[in-house]
Amino acid sequence: MKRRVVVTGLGVVSSLGLSVKEFFDNLLEGKSGVSKITRFDPSNLEVQFAGEIKNFPFIERFDIKLAKRTDRFTQYALWASLSAVEDANLDLSKIDKTRAGVIIGSGMGGIETWEIEHQKFLKDGPKKVSPLLVPMMIPDMASGQVSIYFGFKGPNFCVTSACASGAHAIGEAFRLIKSGDADLIITGGTEAPITGYCISSFANMGALSKRNDEPEKASRPFDKDRNGFVLGEGCGVVILEELNSALKRNAKIYCEICGYGASADAFHITAPDETGEGAYYAMANALKEAELSPIDIDYVNAHGTSTKLNDKVEVMAIKKLFKEHAYKLLVNSTKSMIGHLLGGAGAIEFVVTCLSVYHNKVHPTINLDNPDEGMDLDFVRFQMKEKEIFAAINNSFGFGGHNACLVVKKFVGG
Amino acid sequence: MTNLFEEVKNMIVEKLHVPPEKITEDAHFINDLGADSLDITTLLMEVNEKYGIDIPDEDAQKLDTVGKLISYLKEKLGEK
Repeated sequence: MKRRVVVTGLGVVSSLGLSVKEFFDNLLEGKSGVSKITRFDPSNLEVQFAGEIKNFPFIERFDIKLAKRTDRFTQYALWASLSAVEDANLDLSKIDKTRAGVIIGSGMGGIETWEIEHQKFLKDGPKKVSPLLVPMMIPDMASGQVSIYFGFKGPNFCVTSACASGAHAIGEAFRLIKSGDADLIITGGTEAPITGYCISSFANMGALSKRNDEPEKASRPFDKDRNGFVLGEGCGVVILEELNSALKRNAKIYCEICGYGASADAFHITAPDETGEGAYYAMANALKEAELSPIDIDYVNAHGTSTKLNDKVEVMAIKKLFKEHAYKLLVNSTKSMIGHLLGGAGAIEFVVTCLSVYHNKVHPTINLDNPDEGMDLDFVRFQMKEKEIFAAINNSFGFGGHNACLVVKKFVGG
Repeated sequence: MTNLFEEVKNMIVEKLHVPPEKITEDAHFINDLGADSLDITTLLMEVNEKYGIDIPDEDAQKLDTVGKLISYLKEKLGEK
């Protein structure tokens, strides 16, 4: 019998809240989590704002020693994972931990730790470099630390595919459960890229919006005046569980994950293929695995970065796949409110997608004042919509030309 | 030199995050204070920095209790 996989727990760390409820409520209200950077003085940077998390009380839930030994990206993953485990009402003493895995993606890993230690290396010499640099910086450490925290001994690794890391991680976790390698996986993506060094590179490549005077209006996917993405930070985590294991413990089921499609543009290191072929095939492959037709989909949580090229190509790919049904879809961009979480984006947006299928509520795309030419889909402008969502697709596309799409549908027993 | 124990104790509290009352001369870094090799290296880097010394690896490996570290430092700092 075919193994089915369901979503039974959610957790987030975001600039719009550290709990799933606060986060989703703020999204539905169309609030922006983008603001001027306060963690450090950004005055010498060309871009001085981001979807920055202003208050993150890690040591309220974890001990100080763990705080000192982990980069911010790992702390976000620990926090979101604990929230997801609590949300799933998992009794850790009752599950087979050899069948429980952790797969959390990250694009950059501990770049903040890397920068701090690199400065010590240059200024004070090799003897001053912390022995913890490597175990704090490597991008797989979020998965490592979460497994240590919960004692999960099943499949464990990190997926890295830039801005698609979170979506690829969830897709790979889904397949591992489906194929019988695990019964439960904590999966998602995490990122903490708000550092001067990292912002400088993105700004110098022309990828970021430079709207310093109006940060909350800078992320404007599909709008005529969009001029780049806004860097964000945070984490999204879900508990994926084999259906029978979830039913046996009477778990709350948000939705069923039923399709994962991956493809490459094979085109350019940062620019998307303008034909939209890569995005098209990732979506088409995900629908195929889900055994759904384009007309079964009600909602697309778009990659929607707010760059000129991404939004144009993504809309083109959606129209190519969905044809006339494209105009019946609700299409939104979570990035319009929290910015781009890079390796965390696909995961936190997957959390949003699951919530929309569960609650039948779709958050707005904010700042979409004047849709650009050809941007004529229902982007849920200004106000959230309530609509029965049977199935939804979540798109993620990363530098390097990596594309990953995930399909979820309402859970129906039997 | 009378304050050496107090100074080292403060560094251990800060680096190893253990309550001060657990830090005695007999306390074993790994067995009693819950440290691992990374903690010990980090602590010794701090000690090196504070006293302007450079404890070689072969000596560092022998310093497994608070008392041994204090005696080692007394000897080392006396030489200076």
